[in-house]
Amino acid sequence: MTKHPFHAPVPRMTPERLARRAFLRRSGLVVGGLAAAPWLLAACGGDDDDTGGATGGGGGGGTVRISNWPFYIDADDAGDPSKGQTIPGFEALSGYDVVYDELVNDNDEWFAKFSPDLAAGNPIGLDIAVLTTWMVERLIGLGYLEELDMANLPNVANLDPVHAAVAWDPGRRFSLPWASGLGGIAYNPTRTGRAITSVSDLFDPEFAGHVTVLTEMRDTLGLTMLSMGIDVTACTPADAQAAAAKLKAATEAGQFRRATGNDYVADLLTGDTWLAVAWSGDIISAQLEDPDLIWIAPDEGTMLFTDTMIIPRGAANKAGAEAWMNHVYDPAISAQIFAYTQYQSPVVGTKEKITELDPALAENPLIFPPADVQARTFTFKTLSDEEQIEFTTLFQDSIQA
Amino acid sequence: MVRPATRAGRIERRIARAERGPADAVDAGPSRRGRRSTPYLLVGPGVAWLVLLFVVPLGSLLVTSLKTGSFAEGFETAVRLRNYSDALSESWEAIKRSFVFALVATLAAAAIGYPLAYVIAFRGGRYKGLLLGLVVLPFFTSFLMRTLAWKTILSDSGTLNTTVDRLHLFGALEFLRLVPEGSDRLLQTNIAVIGGLTYNFLPFMVLPIYVSLEKIDRRLVEAARDLYSNAFRAFRKVVLPLSIPGVMAGSLLTFIPAAGDFVNAELLGGPQQTMVGNRIQSRFFEQVDYPAAASLSFVLMALILIGVLLYARLLGTEELTG
Repeated sequence: MTKHPFHAPVPRMTPERLARRAFLRRSGLVVGGLAAAPWLLAACGGDDDDTGGATGGGGGGGTVRISNWPFYIDADDAGDPSKGQTIPGFEALSGYDVVYDELVNDNDEWFAKFSPDLAAGNPIGLDIAVLTTWMVERLIGLGYLEELDMANLPNVANLDPVHAAVAWDPGRRFSLPWASGLGGIAYNPTRTGRAITSVSDLFDPEFAGHVTVLTEMRDTLGLTMLSMGIDVTACTPADAQAAAAKLKAATEAGQFRRATGNDYVADLLTGDTWLAVAWSGDIISAQLEDPDLIWIAPDEGTMLFTDTMIIPRGAANKAGAEAWMNHVYDPAISAQIFAYTQYQSPVVGTKEKITELDPALAENPLIFPPADVQARTFTFKTLSDEEQIEFTTLFQDSIQA
Repeated sequence: MVRPATRAGRIERRIARAERGPADAVDAGPSRRGRRSTPYLLVGPGVAWLVLLFVVPLGSLLVTSLKTGSFAEGFETAVRLRNYSDALSESWEAIKRSFVFALVATLAAAAIGYPLAYVIAFRGGRYKGLLLGLVVLPFFTSFLMRTLAWKTILSDSGTLNTTVDRLHLFGALEFLRLVPEGSDRLLQTNIAVIGGLTYNFLPFMVLPIYVSLEKIDRRLVEAARDLYSNAFRAFRKVVLPLSIPGVMAGSLLTFIPAAGDFVNAELLGGPQQTMVGNRIQSRFFEQVDYPAAASLSFVLMALILIGVLLYARLLGTEELTG
């Protein structure tokens, strides 16, 4: 799933933009630090920054408040999404004001922060949040979401059929995908001294102390399971136990340098990490600083994640939220966003529009994975609450010695 | 200093009494009735603050720590003592590690901080304020930034790491169990985390020691020298005993937060440096198991309290209160 603040891929950078990016990254310590410690952000408390949408609204419809992962939408050169193309375009078109934050750092953290208010029926001050599917599934189960009014969402006709039929949200009544990406391996060939093709390479003692894994269970445990020939789409608690045991043994042997959140790219860039469990789009931006870095979908397979838009219960501006969702499901708008972020769009017609923008991008394997990668792309099994707790506990203990 | 325990203390008291003169020995007379409520009024805001921001959250934490259930089915109020035994058994390694790390960091901070405070207090002259300012200066940048800067300094390809490697010091560090066997790196090892803790909490050690050194009457040292003590003996018999309250306060201010810290272990350590703070963090945010996180917090608190009581017992409470 997750995005991290170093992720700022821009296709076809001009030298000035490149320099700007490099500067941002170098001075990105603050951002990186906060990302490394998302719970610190959580500790700072939530929605004190906007004092209510009712007073603000310069346009006709008031304010739409959106919370998303960092660098998940086009932005200006300074990295400000509210000065990119998509948000001002929507504001001009719809008359709504958009308050867009990038405070989603981790699904569990988001849940820990907002679920008490959601459970108590208090509004949480957001009209849209973007979370990974498994978390959305939990929120639907708990009844924390507003149902979408399809009359306001004609563009949902463009939803990729792959995403249309999901067992946990039949008919997409509560959620719409924002973007998808892949969990695989990133590495530095000059450090590893050889090409990396397999998940087993993460466990190669030759690289001991220079491997990082993600704290996100579905990526790290999922890849480990794939390396053991376990079907991640139908894994059992026994499978989780076996995979966790493999991880635990490696952890205790000192194989893993760190279990990281969003800051693994920084360690790859310093050269301290040689190979890492990594998210596909991230390495695009890392390549701007170190062109040697490579992201691969391992032979055993790669983990698909989809981050999904939802409207939390009690949202102040549900109509505005739906207007936003409808807007980003316009293929032209989608092309604009994904040409920038280089993740995979759930909107049919995006490829055609991206080709119009830049034919080279239509060949980009990250935005449009080739058939062989698609064939070994897996989605982690839908876990029951009990399984979620059991798997997470096993996994968390396996990455802490 | 109610009951000076040392010879130097007694001397100091005698001098003080001589300075005040006999008239001071008699108290100024009975207090009026209205004054009796003054202490309560003065202590009121503090008590209210403590109740609101310490007792209430602590009570809520206690209630949470005994709950049953999960985030999915909801947490139910209960008295599930098992949470505590689970917390102890599941995180015992991390707890032990936290106390060892915090202890070593405290000793290191005292070893670095005492001479520093001594020089500032006795040799600082007109630069005292400036030097103290420099000690506190790092606080003006974010704790996180400073810790992240250490990541860069300690980086595998960094000068420090290369130098340690060239001087063949990794063997010694390995012997002291500060880096794992066969290690050729500093970052993500015990020494990086202990170093980070020492660095981040050093000012908490320096300032109390400085204060206790600063208030020592210089004439006591002179008297010791006049009575044929050499410099070291004067230090050992006069300065050191009088500065023990500062060392004690500094140790507590360093040890307690260091034992509960998780940022240093998160950024400078790896999986093998997991501290109890990291366990609490992952139980709270990753596993969304509030009772486990709360009971582990209580276990940590209780162990620290026991440690502090033993420490106070060992050194005497009057040293603790100065």
